[in-house]
Amino acid sequence: MPRDVVETLTGFARTLRAAGVGADPERVQAMIDAVSHLDVLDPGDVYWAGRLTMCADPADLPRYDRCFAAYFTGRTPPVTRTMPPPVTVIRPAATPGTAEGGDEPDDVSLATASEIEVLRSRDVARLSAAERAEVHRLLALLDDVSARRRSRRFTARHRGRLDQHRTVRSILRRGGEISGLRYRAHRTRPRRVVLIVDVSGSMSPYADVLLRFAHAAVRSAPRTTEVFSAGTRLTRVTRELRHREPDAAMRTVSAAIPDWSGGTRLGEELKEFLDRFGQRGMARGAIVVIASDGWERGDPSLLGEQMARLRRLAYRVVWSNPHKAQPGYEPLTGGMLAALPYVDHFVAGHSLAALEELAGVIGNA
Amino acid sequence: MPHSTLNPASEFASPKALSEALEAHAYLSDEGLATACFLGLRMRRPLFLEGEAGVGKTELAKTLAAVLDVPLIRLQCYEGLDAAQALYDWDFPRQLLHLRAAEAAGVTDVARLESELYDRRFLVSRPLLQALETSTEERPSVLLVDEIDRADDEFEAFLLEVLSDFTISIPELGTISARRPPVVVVTSNRTREVHDALKRRCLYHWLEHPAFEREVAIIRRRLPEATETLVRQVAGAAGRLRGLDLLKAPGIAESLDWAEALVALGARDLDPETAAVTLGTVLKYREDTERVVQGGIEALFNGG
Repeated sequence: MPRDVVETLTGFARTLRAAGVGADPERVQAMIDAVSHLDVLDPGDVYWAGRLTMCADPADLPRYDRCFAAYFTGRTPPVTRTMPPPVTVIRPAATPGTAEGGDEPDDVSLATASEIEVLRSRDVARLSAAERAEVHRLLALLDDVSARRRSRRFTARHRGRLDQHRTVRSILRRGGEISGLRYRAHRTRPRRVVLIVDVSGSMSPYADVLLRFAHAAVRSAPRTTEVFSAGTRLTRVTRELRHREPDAAMRTVSAAIPDWSGGTRLGEELKEFLDRFGQRGMARGAIVVIASDGWERGDPSLLGEQMARLRRLAYRVVWSNPHKAQPGYEPLTGGMLAALPYVDHFVAGHSLAALEELAGVIGNA
Repeated sequence: MPHSTLNPASEFASPKALSEALEAHAYLSDEGLATACFLGLRMRRPLFLEGEAGVGKTELAKTLAAVLDVPLIRLQCYEGLDAAQALYDWDFPRQLLHLRAAEAAGVTDVARLESELYDRRFLVSRPLLQALETSTEERPSVLLVDEIDRADDEFEAFLLEVLSDFTISIPELGTISARRPPVVVVTSNRTREVHDALKRRCLYHWLEHPAFEREVAIIRRRLPEATETLVRQVAGAAGRLRGLDLLKAPGIAESLDWAEALVALGARDLDPETAAVTLGTVLKYREDTERVVQGGIEALFNGG
């Protein structure tokens, strides 16, 4: 392979990396190798050699096409992504001594056990900055928001079904002497949990806390938890929430969500979720938690239809409505009425205690 | 990897030559797919095919095996698939019988008995081991790992290990390595994100639904007895169905089924009545069928 070809291809890989295609060195090596089997001067061959070795996801393909056109035809690439202006949703975390909480106790780290108890059951929409910071801290301590299911695989147990293989093997080991029976039982595996958090205007006092709850869920089962935000459009924020540090995770999430405090078209969002992710497998056998107040700007019948679809795919459907805890609350909003027949567990989710209860519902569903 | 020894079975001069060979076996590929297969054979890298159900991923592996004139070894993935089902297993009942027989014959040489027990003949080879064992320089075997997204992620890691060095070590027997890496085709319907490490080992190709002309060509090639009008109408209707935002858009497999059903009914062209009774071959959800019927079946093949 001539030197200039290698240099050209390495430069191309750099362009790809800048555009967000994961062009790691191993892939670059593979591309150079692939080109060597084809005609370097044929644009089609070079295109395919690169695409087959560099891309790993359908989402990579349009990026690859843009980079290819820009790099090999000299056209400047269009601006690929403009970062949405960061929306400040993170409430100032009050540091001890400098809190502006007025008559609230300043030093939250010294909060007594009984104060924490009171705080636990208070509505998060009515908290001062310092109290909110304390709730965030307690939420970050939530370490088990996950569920398990029975696996098809077996593990050795003292009771259960007869394990023929192990029994025969132990007999073999003793040269044909039957010594005792071995048993096996099903193992358990993590069950997928999908959280859909409504970030529309009516949910804005709770969205932040609910996303922190989602962060705790992602942290306790990173491979089997998926989080989406819903407002006027559906955004998958699982990757953003993988950040270990809660505040940093919330910063990336708020940058990723384009529709904070807008309206809600929950029916359409849910349809998009089911079309793009749910039906292909993400919702199958999963526990799907929808955190929303059910204020639907669109057609409630669409929401009902999609909830029915979700119910047929998911293992359990949980609806968390922060207003449920208010005295005299009746599910009267159009969206809530349409959705309720398809909900297995209808819970609150307005306070720390309610969120802990939600974690329990997920674990025992 | 050097390719000093050219062997006729697996070496094609160019992607185009491979594409023609595939076409001779009734598989019409486009430039991208032909290049992917060509590079897969040349670079001895597994092919990772992703795309909607029914776009011809599995069919490609079958056709590749036919083109190379070697048997296809298929590993269908499912949840709970483990090494004993994918790789090898010891035939315990036979081992036990052997032990009993030896006892009856009065064999007392324990060491010999032990070594006999873990003999190759008591090893049941499953698809992955089979593929490694049967692959030779002249006749590489074709291994299809179908629907990898259905297997659990532990299996992925295990597959990655096998696909990186094409060697399997069996504690009792020793290491078995392939004389030549088999031609591997891994398919996924994308119900789950497959780990990047596995994709990195492979050539990644995303299969799209075929364009109208290609679909016409494919149906015509597969069903020579169908009339030209019927073929064009079916391909047109399938294309329109894909644009309808259905729960499950029909793939090429479904349009082939549809055309076949219509041919079996003796239809020479697509009319609303025959279309309505055969719609079950293309649409697999009641909601989809309702939607299409509500919108009027005629709308599907207007101008097709």
